[in-house]
Amino acid sequence: MARRTDCLLLAALLAWPLGAAAAEPWTLERLMQGLAHTRAARASFVEKKTVRILEQPLVASGELSFTAPDRLEKRTLRPRPELLLLQGDTLTLERAGQTTRLDLRSHPEVAAFTESIRGTLAGDRQALERNYLLSLQGSEASWVLTLIPADAAMRALVERVRIAGRHADLSVIEIQQANGDSSLMSVQRLPAP
Amino acid sequence: MTRRARLPLAAWLATIATAAAVVAGARYTADLSAFLPRSPSATQQLLVDQLRDGALGRVVLIAIEGESAPARAALSRALATALRSDARFSYVANGAADGTEREREVLFEHRYLLSQQVNPERFAPPGLRAALADTLDLVASSAGALAQSVLARDPTGELHALLETQLSGAARPAYAGGVWSSRDGERALLVAHTAAAGADTDAQESAHAAVRAAFAAAAANSPVPQARLRMTGAGVFAVESRAQIKDEALRVSMLGILLIGALLLAAYRSFVALALGLLPVLTGALVGVAAVAAGFGVVHGITLGFGATLIGESVDYAIYLFVQTGNAAADADRRGAWIRDFWPTIRLGVLTSILGFASMLLSGFPGLSQLGMYSVCGLVAAALFTRYVLPGFLPAGFGVHDLTPLGTRLERAVALAGRGRWLVPALALAAAVTLLAQRESPWAQDLSALSTVRTEDQLYDGKLRADLGAADARYLVVTSGSDAEAALGAAERAAQALRPLVAAGVISGFDSPARYLPSVATQRARAASLPGPGELRARLRQALHGMPLRAQRLEEFVADVARARSGPGLQRADLEGTAMGVALDGLLLRRTGDWQALLPLRAPTSGPGALHIDAARVRDALAGSGALFLDLKAEANALYTGYLGEAIVLCAAGLVAVLVLLLFVLRSALRVWRVAAPLGAAVLVCAAVLAVAGQTFTLLHLVGFLLVVAIGSNYALFFDRSADRGAPAPVVLASLALANATTVIGFGVLASSSVPVLRAIGSTVALGTLLALLFAALQAGRRANGR
Repeated sequence: MARRTDCLLLAALLAWPLGAAAAEPWTLERLMQGLAHTRAARASFVEKKTVRILEQPLVASGELSFTAPDRLEKRTLRPRPELLLLQGDTLTLERAGQTTRLDLRSHPEVAAFTESIRGTLAGDRQALERNYLLSLQGSEASWVLTLIPADAAMRALVERVRIAGRHADLSVIEIQQANGDSSLMSVQRLPAP
Repeated sequence: MTRRARLPLAAWLATIATAAAVVAGARYTADLSAFLPRSPSATQQLLVDQLRDGALGRVVLIAIEGESAPARAALSRALATALRSDARFSYVANGAADGTEREREVLFEHRYLLSQQVNPERFAPPGLRAALADTLDLVASSAGALAQSVLARDPTGELHALLETQLSGAARPAYAGGVWSSRDGERALLVAHTAAAGADTDAQESAHAAVRAAFAAAAANSPVPQARLRMTGAGVFAVESRAQIKDEALRVSMLGILLIGALLLAAYRSFVALALGLLPVLTGALVGVAAVAAGFGVVHGITLGFGATLIGESVDYAIYLFVQTGNAAADADRRGAWIRDFWPTIRLGVLTSILGFASMLLSGFPGLSQLGMYSVCGLVAAALFTRYVLPGFLPAGFGVHDLTPLGTRLERAVALAGRGRWLVPALALAAAVTLLAQRESPWAQDLSALSTVRTEDQLYDGKLRADLGAADARYLVVTSGSDAEAALGAAERAAQALRPLVAAGVISGFDSPARYLPSVATQRARAASLPGPGELRARLRQALHGMPLRAQRLEEFVADVARARSGPGLQRADLEGTAMGVALDGLLLRRTGDWQALLPLRAPTSGPGALHIDAARVRDALAGSGALFLDLKAEANALYTGYLGEAIVLCAAGLVAVLVLLLFVLRSALRVWRVAAPLGAAVLVCAAVLAVAGQTFTLLHLVGFLLVVAIGSNYALFFDRSADRGAPAPVVLASLALANATTVIGFGVLASSSVPVLRAIGSTVALGTLLALLFAALQAGRRANGR
């Protein structure tokens, strides 16, 4: 009996460092939990759009802010001021003195696209998996989440979205379009106001 | 039957046969041309055209209520799909994004011909440079996805300009579940355009039935038993009004006939008398319709609806014949005596009625002049029939129950009534004071006073329109030309004149058919401002200096521009099946002889002039352009008040003619006074009572007053005829009481109707004729007592 207990103890001792690693592997689940933990965040961004026929990328910059569960604001300051607000099912764009409102339920392709970023910020795995196949590489300190549209029609527009980050912070959002154009947005977290 | 009786019978049969043939071959119409003046002004013609054929009348707004938003959205999609394959609809929209693809293709293909921005400056190097810089900024922005995808072909951003500014509507509906929804999220909304004109009430009814059937089928396939369908729009109101008037008219006439029949049967105690008594009315109605058909070529629904009411007086003729001959109308001697003693009085009564109604013949309002024609011919036919033909139909020994006992009681009552004789002038005076003391004109100045649409339905319609951002098309600018090109060119010139008004805030915006289909001249001018391929390449090289884009990458753009320069241009047929095509069809109309372009104006939504357009400033801006400004509501009201004013003058002239006739026949001012005074008092008191009860007077009230005078004149004449003996003989009193009772019953039932026009004429005539008889009796009582 004692021998058996010893064996178990030994096994437990041997397994200890391994077990610690196995209990906390860097998984999608943990990434999402970490992201979902963030209730509100602000960041500055610089977005570079690479368009095939252009010699240089187009650059825009401004501020992003997210408030859980579903409010995402993108305030562009350069080259021209504009405000993009995603709240619930409504996308509002203010630009050049005009306000355009879009109901995402009647524009599923726009909805799927915006959900890739909002869903990631919210750590809403269900929302992401509704439209994308997810894969995660790297470690907690430097991860890359790749989203590939599940729907073929969507894939005809967006080839993939790659989001890179450290812990619960996003650092880069890269969108690769099917026609070869792409955009790279670098994000720098700002202290909460 | 004697030979003397045979000639009138033959004449009657011939008349009936001819009339029946004319009636059977006549053209009937229920459209709004009844309201169009005989010699309409350009604006009036426009008004009626708009009401009859305009895009406004074709719009059906559909709401789905109850259940959950996803359930309503599913029903909305199923309903839209079903209706899109139904030939009764030319366009169905529910907000779902499908169907916009083709629209975008057409827009993109013809962008250089459609875009107002295209001019020589924009395609000169500095203009190109500015346009390209704008487009790159757009591509860099969050709204740039579309611009980015077409950058190589549309670097000047014409598609974006077309979608975002030139063609975007004023207000966009809210969404729920991917389809249009009310702002409060309580109902899903759809817009359908019927293929048939709004005035084609039968076609409208059929289209509405299609919507109901499609909805029922969609609801049956989904587990949502609580969802409800509701429709609104001008066509829906027209169908509902017609059904309501039809139902009500049928209900009240059946009830009236039943009650009057029962009363007459109780009085006559003879079915034969009851049946024969109806013959004058039927003869009059048939001849009346035939006369209108022969005289006007087309019979309006309104004439058929009210004509029979107007000759209701002819029921009285048979009553006079049957009752006043005692119980022996078939007795040749008694009838001879009746013809000698009473017929001249009845004949004078008929003549006064005819003079009164003849004034309506002169009205510029075709509906009213047809009613005049109907009543004049109908009454003449009914009276002649009663006098010359009906006696020949009476079987030997025919007689109705003797009403002398009733007459004797009435005689005593009339004698007693002398004590109250002061009531007539006193009530008339009080009524006159009451009417004069009314703060506002008792005449309705607004056409809506005649509307049968319930206020609740109007509010619901307004709510849906606001939710959908649908124009109520009250304000229009109209241009015309000998062909579509001329009308569109004129519309473009009018648009030029209107733009400063938008900037000044007089109007918040306007639509124009030239936005969807520019005139050929404008398309050519736009094409001509595009440079040729070699030139464009050179200009691009210049314009793009220092920008991250090379001219070589824009070969697709150069090719598209070359195609636009030399292409066949945008044709009406290119827009087939798109929302733009539907908009164009509603705004560019082909009429007999010319084409018309409509530019609906939107009133300012805020500020001091909110929801109202300053007509004078719009007319000033358009002066000299040949374009007309039309405020549909004001025009319709002006047309109506014009008719009303004219009808009042004509009625007054008719009354003067009646007085002259009475003076000519009676040859005594005193006797004319004896006849006219109770009638005048009856009309005054009746008007005062209705005014105090809160009714505002419409054309129908005026017709009602005319009818009071026409029917009441018979009563007054009978009292006048026997004024020397005090009161009329008992049988005459009984016949008057019976005649009046039938009138009060017939019109009293109409007064109980929920349809405003029926209620107006019913309450006026029932009350007015009762007062006319009472007042005539009170006045006679004074004489009876005074002896």
